[in-house]
Amino acid sequence: MEKRNVKPSREVVVPGDLLDDSGNRPGENTYVRDGKTYASVLGVKNVNSNGISVIPLGGQYMPVAGDTVIGVINDIGSSNWMVDICAPYPAPLHVNEVPWRVEFGDTARYLNIGNVVMLKVLMVDESKKIQVTMNDSGLRRLEGGQIVEIPYAKVSRVIGKSGSMIQMIKNMTDCRIFVGQNGRIWIDGDDERATVAVQAIEMIEANAQSSNLTEKVKAFLEKNLPDSNEEE
Amino acid sequence: MSGHTDMVLVDKKGIRIDGRTADEHRAFKIEAGVLNNADGSAYVEIGKNKVLAAVYGPRECHPRHLQNPSKAIIQCKYNMEAFSVSDRKRPGPDRRSIEISKITAEALESVVLTELYPRASIDVYIEILQANAGTRCAGLTAASVALADAGIPMRDIIPACAAGKADGKVLLDLNKEEDNFGDADVPIAIIPSTDEIVLLQMDGNMTRREFDKAIKMAMGACHELYDVQKDALKRRYSVDCKEAEPDEQ
Repeated sequence: MEKRNVKPSREVVVPGDLLDDSGNRPGENTYVRDGKTYASVLGVKNVNSNGISVIPLGGQYMPVAGDTVIGVINDIGSSNWMVDICAPYPAPLHVNEVPWRVEFGDTARYLNIGNVVMLKVLMVDESKKIQVTMNDSGLRRLEGGQIVEIPYAKVSRVIGKSGSMIQMIKNMTDCRIFVGQNGRIWIDGDDERATVAVQAIEMIEANAQSSNLTEKVKAFLEKNLPDSNEEE
Repeated sequence: MSGHTDMVLVDKKGIRIDGRTADEHRAFKIEAGVLNNADGSAYVEIGKNKVLAAVYGPRECHPRHLQNPSKAIIQCKYNMEAFSVSDRKRPGPDRRSIEISKITAEALESVVLTELYPRASIDVYIEILQANAGTRCAGLTAASVALADAGIPMRDIIPACAAGKADGKVLLDLNKEEDNFGDADVPIAIIPSTDEIVLLQMDGNMTRREFDKAIKMAMGACHELYDVQKDALKRRYSVDCKEAEPDEQ
């Protein structure tokens, strides 16, 4: 994904569209039939040195080991919690995977239904059984702030090239922001500034396909932040 | 196929009661992404048929015993609104709608890459808002566009179209009168890139030669419909993509 500047073709493809028949390496969201590569999802064709793939325009988040996500506890067991991470499958969080020592049956004292947590996807096996963990630096229960949900396909736009977009929003709004790979974004900060940050995220979501988005968002933030003039 | 009429379904010049020639299909109109709360959706008009399809998922499959540990299942519900036909249709599932739900789900299963989502379920809802013969084809056409709109991985989009026989002539895309008073109706659905048939039914009688001709006509119409389906999906994003440039990812 790094070398995007080498003039990739931006073409919307639908499932079944022929992408390539010259033997380029088939990448994500493609399938091969009779030596030809076809698209398997609705998305944007992406050709680079790694082969030919399709960047999806929609669809559901599919957890991958190592992703940091934001989850909501939706069920409590005696030795685990069930977390909703916007995936097609339930994600159990076992008591061994939290930074506290939890007695058997005492799970509700630490995390309760409706609590929001930052998690890491520990493992996804062949049958798509998910395991998540909180045992890593920076992972914790999120208190205060607000959650914005966007389609997961647009997360990369919110983060921007090597984090440029999110870094800019963080710096300019002075908010604490955390972006989960599953499309949940947690924002905490001064009321007015957090509202502007939320609006900026919503703006990215609405204009995810347009160019120069970082510039547009910057202009938007400069205009809408209450005291941006003194700050600059 | 059920009744008899004095109506001339095809006149001496070969023109049908709605002004079409024998190998002419009704007007297609497809729009993708019409519903906000579903993961994917599509609205299809084929002549006087008006169909809405919505897709949810892949999501956890309930009830659990339906889960398949090796692939996702497709659950389809075809429903005709009470106001979709001229006499009020008694609401609720009946023998016919259960059958259509089943064949639609099976046709879709042949293109969706279900093995990517073990234990999950993909739910497809097809609502017939207005019916004028050929709703199973219109429903399947809408459902496959809705699936693609939901971002579900699939091999291809499937178009469906019917051909049949009325007044002794093989006709493409029967309308209500031709369906009711005609001799045969053959709906088919295909995978356009390989011309595989994923749905084929026949109601009524035809000779072998007439059948071959009907299939050929319906296949041709399916390919035309396929272009409209693709166009509907691409149109949904074309506005934004005109100015799209790869500046970030």
